Amino acid sequence: MQLERKRETAIPFWRDERILKILGQIVFALLVLIVGALIYQNMQAGLAKQGISLSYSFLNGVSGFDLAESAFPYDRNSTYWQAFLAGLLNTLSVGVAGIVFSTILGVILGVARLSTNFIVNRLATFYLELIRNLSLLVFLIFWYLGVFLKLPRVKDAVVWPGDIILTNRGVGIPWGIPTASFPTFRLILLGGLIVAIIVFFALRAYSKRTGRAPLTLLWSLLAFAFVAVAGWFLLPVKPLTLDLTFVKGLNLSGGKILSPEFLALTSGLVLYTAAFIGEVVRAGIQSVSKGQVEASRALGLNSFQTLRLIVFPQALRVIIPPLTSQYLNLVKNSSLAIAVGYPDVFYVSNTILNQTGRAVEMISLVMLTYLMFSLLTSVLMNWYNQRIKLVER
Amino acid sequence: MATIEPALPPVTERSNILRWARKNLFGSWYDSLLTILGAWFMYWALSSLARWVITTAEWEVVAVNMRLFMIGQYPLEQAWRLWLWLGFLVFLVGNSLAIWGKGSRYSVALLLFPAVLAFAFPFGDEPRKWLLILAVTGLIGWGIGRARPEVLKRSVIAGWVISLPVIILLTRGLSASETGFAPFVKTNLWGGLLLTFLLTVVGIMFSFPIGVLLALGRRSVLPIVRWFSVAYIELVRGVPLISILFMAQLMLPLFLPEGWTVDRVVRAMVGITLFSAAYLAENVRGGLQAIPKGQFEAAEALGLSGAQTMIFIILPQALRLVIPILVGQFIALFKDTSLVAIVGLFDLVGIAQTVLAQPEFLGLQREVYAFISLIFWVLSYGMSYLSQQLEVRLGVGIR
Amino acid sequence: MADEPIIKVQDVHKWYGNFHALKGVSMDVQKREVIVIFGPSGSGKSTFIRTLNRLEEHQRGKIVVDGIEMSHDVRNIEQIRSETGMVFQQFNLFPHLTVMQNIVLAPIQVRKWTKQKAEEIAMQLLERVGIPEQAKKFPGQLSGGQQQRVAIARSLAMQPKIMLFDEPTSALDPEMIKEVLDVMTELAKSGMTILAVTHEMGFARAVADRMIFFDKGEIVEQGTPEQIFNSPKEDRTKLFLSQILRH
Repeated sequence: MQLERKRETAIPFWRDERILKILGQIVFALLVLIVGALIYQNMQAGLAKQGISLSYSFLNGVSGFDLAESAFPYDRNSTYWQAFLAGLLNTLSVGVAGIVFSTILGVILGVARLSTNFIVNRLATFYLELIRNLSLLVFLIFWYLGVFLKLPRVKDAVVWPGDIILTNRGVGIPWGIPTASFPTFRLILLGGLIVAIIVFFALRAYSKRTGRAPLTLLWSLLAFAFVAVAGWFLLPVKPLTLDLTFVKGLNLSGGKILSPEFLALTSGLVLYTAAFIGEVVRAGIQSVSKGQVEASRALGLNSFQTLRLIVFPQALRVIIPPLTSQYLNLVKNSSLAIAVGYPDVFYVSNTILNQTGRAVEMISLVMLTYLMFSLLTSVLMNWYNQRIKLVER
Repeated sequence: MATIEPALPPVTERSNILRWARKNLFGSWYDSLLTILGAWFMYWALSSLARWVITTAEWEVVAVNMRLFMIGQYPLEQAWRLWLWLGFLVFLVGNSLAIWGKGSRYSVALLLFPAVLAFAFPFGDEPRKWLLILAVTGLIGWGIGRARPEVLKRSVIAGWVISLPVIILLTRGLSASETGFAPFVKTNLWGGLLLTFLLTVVGIMFSFPIGVLLALGRRSVLPIVRWFSVAYIELVRGVPLISILFMAQLMLPLFLPEGWTVDRVVRAMVGITLFSAAYLAENVRGGLQAIPKGQFEAAEALGLSGAQTMIFIILPQALRLVIPILVGQFIALFKDTSLVAIVGLFDLVGIAQTVLAQPEFLGLQREVYAFISLIFWVLSYGMSYLSQQLEVRLGVGIR
Repeated sequence: MADEPIIKVQDVHKWYGNFHALKGVSMDVQKREVIVIFGPSGSGKSTFIRTLNRLEEHQRGKIVVDGIEMSHDVRNIEQIRSETGMVFQQFNLFPHLTVMQNIVLAPIQVRKWTKQKAEEIAMQLLERVGIPEQAKKFPGQLSGGQQQRVAIARSLAMQPKIMLFDEPTSALDPEMIKEVLDVMTELAKSGMTILAVTHEMGFARAVADRMIFFDKGEIVEQGTPEQIFNSPKEDRTKLFLSQILRH
């Protein structure tokens, strides 16, 4: 017994799996470290020869370049930081607009792909096949150079119903200008929001108590809309006056002018992403088995109740994760703004890079920015997946 | 009982065009509305497109610059080298279709594709001749493959294995200098579809082993290896491809010891490979996860080591499972390589920009980009259609 | 009229494309009657039972359930469906809802009961099928037999006048079949009108009032269990019985 135990402890270390595992990791870690150190050293040496050292302090310097679009006042006297921030906000605005519109179009496409109507079904399928096999970059450039820049010149501007002016300098749409009563209206909207939230929670509590399933979101939206509309008409002065876009010399003025760059990027991304979202939606709806619908109908629930209480909640579980990754793709793809000259975060960073020669700093900053989007989304996704996971044994 | 049973459905149930239309097109009032709107939209889109293609568009820009679109600035007198490896590939395709395609009638149609191309597009006489030779080569390959399938199997596989080095070597040149037989052609002369193709093939080939290793690393029991793999995969998947291409262009030279230089095309290849590897790893991991635990247990019970289990039992099954997804990734990569135009390479999109800069073709963006889109579309659609056919035939992707 | 049948089926036909699935089926079902339908696979027995609550549409003939004629009128269909319960081969429990939520869903949404009343009745039903302790679990956590018993409770919660069973034990492991059959037997003895498609001949012998043999889309033979088991008239019946009873 004693002897055996001794033999057991006396395995040579190169055959002991416990030691081997640790040894393997040490070797691997060392390799990674050595390669990393070599790269770092080379980089330091290279940078030293160019006479720069790694630092982000240059970002406080004056940028000296203009941006075509910015969400806040920005000019060539602003700092690099501000330029970067302006680019980030532009990325966000493309991202938000892209996500909203591609979701709407994607859901329509997904439902159309499931339609029993032959023409609708075929059109959706054809659209999907068309988009899926195109290069997004070519698609975006085509929209920019081939569509939005080919719109008529300002002096021959085309006017669409609804006072939408189309030119190769941009598309002008009517917009509201705040009047004296706008601050009051803003308070009313806030009140409406509070009412909507109260309605929402009241209905939720009611639903919990009775087991009924009222259309919670719809009623809260209606409550908000009611307050907003009532406020609009009750105020002595209308809170917004309509501002139309008009041609002023060689330029557009007034209203809201959407640049060809923004339009090309957003519409291209929306049309492209919507095709993929459509597939996600279709797969989600199809993943709910026929038996579920049958069981629900056999219990006497009508088709609307079946859709809302049985099919939709189950389809959503399947749809949400790939949908989020499509949203992430859209945000990452918005970096192709550089090909159409829209000043998003990537384009601005590239401009800064070209001006300062700070490649390592700017590229790492940009990558970090996108990485943050991705990590944030995946944290949210994991939380969501944990919450809705179907319990199984 | 002598009564004749109604063997056929009542008239209203029999399928005929009217009934089909009523059910699928005019089932209800909104169905009818959708049908009419859809049909009108289809008519409008198709007729405007046809009108543009036939009357308005000026296709001369495509015809004149066909060579640029296909091979960029690659010297014309050396183009035979490209035709040579293309012929080699087509021959292999013919062989493979005959051996593994189970005598499909699609095979012949596919092999005749170069001949169709020759007459569908405004190629010059020289390329047209080559395209016809290609079609014949493919058919010969097919014929030989049919005659001797079992004997040829090994050599065809070997052919595929050496095809990438052959392609690169022939394109680059056999001698180191720019004179002599098959001289060196600098990579900055590579362009157009040629460059797009090479970037894609190199990207997928080199990212494959890295991707498989990363996938294994992510499932490893060694925490450090696992963390490293997870970090790499998530890092790369979290940033846009274009940022990786910029990094490869601007930072890669900094990472290397002094005196080492890498040309711009190789830098792009490195970037694409590193990018593709992360996505490939996730796809392969999906395949690995689909292998039941019983397979590992059975292999270990037989006395196979961990590495042997992976190489002989698990990986072959996992890779077979994910072949369709890998083909999908290949197609996606093919479309994504167009981003190298942004870092200044002359792939299809980059060439398009130079073509549009020619004074005689200003303002023809629609024609040029429509043509490029067509190339991307036909090739990606063709590849995905082909892979679907092969999947059905060979039963890959199914366990 | 106490003898008015609760289900009347007259000359019902159904086609799938050119395949004639039901070839003129006629039958009446009395209140409190327990009927077992059996026959080879593809004989149309499942299709038939599914026409009774309009999961399948019949194309010719007439079906009247509890005095309501089956037509294209959505209100009639929904009324019939809430009067008939159905239990499926694959259980079809809603995986995103707990056992309790599965059961109270339809009573609250369709019958407009209060949550309290629905949950009380649901608890009683869960006790009746023998698994009150599983109320808070999700379907995925239960065994097949337990799931099927929940499915029965879910149908009973609507207080149906008729229960339809579509091969309720075919997807179950042998040891779980009994627990489901026990529930069905108890239900039959309590006076429920039952139509069951099943090959559980023990169940048929014990509780069926009538057995119906289906083949090739029509009723070949029907009678009491004694008649069917001891003196079947048709050759097709004899053959089929000999196949399924030969163990």
